[in-house]
Amino acid sequence: MNYYDILFYLFAIITLASAWFVVTTRNVIYSAFFLLFTFFGVAGIYVLLAADFIAVVQIMVYVGGILILLLFGVMLTNKITNVDIKSGTANLLSASLLTGVLMGALVSVMIFTDWKVEPAEIQTTTIKTLGTMLLTDYVLFFELLGILLLIALIGAASIARREKE
Amino acid sequence: MLQVGLTHFLVVSAILFSLGVYGIVTRKNAVMVLMGIELVLNAANINFVAFSRFSGFGLGGQMTALFVIVLAAAEAAIALAIVLNIYKQFTNVNIDEIDHLKD
Repeated sequence: MNYYDILFYLFAIITLASAWFVVTTRNVIYSAFFLLFTFFGVAGIYVLLAADFIAVVQIMVYVGGILILLLFGVMLTNKITNVDIKSGTANLLSASLLTGVLMGALVSVMIFTDWKVEPAEIQTTTIKTLGTMLLTDYVLFFELLGILLLIALIGAASIARREKE
Repeated sequence: MLQVGLTHFLVVSAILFSLGVYGIVTRKNAVMVLMGIELVLNAANINFVAFSRFSGFGLGGQMTALFVIVLAAAEAAIALAIVLNIYKQFTNVNIDEIDHLKD
C-alpha cells in the first residue's frame, strides 16, 4: 500500500462514517455538523482524483454556503430554547431493507462491471483548462447557469421575505 | 488490498448514494431531507469526477461536476425559502404532517 491508497481509505472512511451519522443521528444540529465532515471527505476524494479546482469549489460552496444555509434553516425552523431539535423517523424497517437492497445492487454493479479504464494524463493544475473550456465549449451553459443562479437567489429572497397580508 | 482504481471510487459513491436515499426516506424533518439530497448530489459528483479522471475523455466530467454544484446551491436556497414559509404556516417542518392537500 502506498500513500495514495492510505489517503484514499482515510478519506473514504471519513466520508462514509460521517454520512452514516448524518442519516442516523436524531439531533438535527449534530447531523448538520457531521455533514461538514462528509463534505471535507468528498473534497479530499476530489483531490485524489486530480480535480483540485473542484475540491476548492466543493469546500467554498458546500461548506461555506450550503451548510451555512442548512444551519440557518435548522435554527429558524426549530424552537432552539425548547431543546426540541430532534427529527422523527418513519418507515425505518422497510427503508433499511430497500436501501440495503439498493446499495447491494449498486455496489455489485460497480464491482463486477468491466470498466474500460484509460487514465488521463495528470495535469499539475486543472484551472487553466477548465477556464478555457468554460469560455469556449461550455459558454452557453456557463451563461445559463449564471442567469439561473440569479433567478434562484431573487426567487428565494422573495419567497422567504413574503409578509402575511 | 488492491491498488486503488476507478472501482474503489465508484463503490464509495454508491454507498454514499444509498445513505443519502436512506436519509431522504426515513427523516421527517424537511431540513434533514435536504441533507440527504446533498449526499446524493455529492455521490453523483464523485462519479463524474472519477470517470473524468479514468476514462480519457478530458475534463468534461469535472465541468459537469461544477455545474451540479451550482445547481445544488440554487436548490438549497429555494428549498430553504420554501421550508421557512412552511414553518410560518404550520409552525413545524415535519413533512408527514403537512398533508393539507388531502382535505
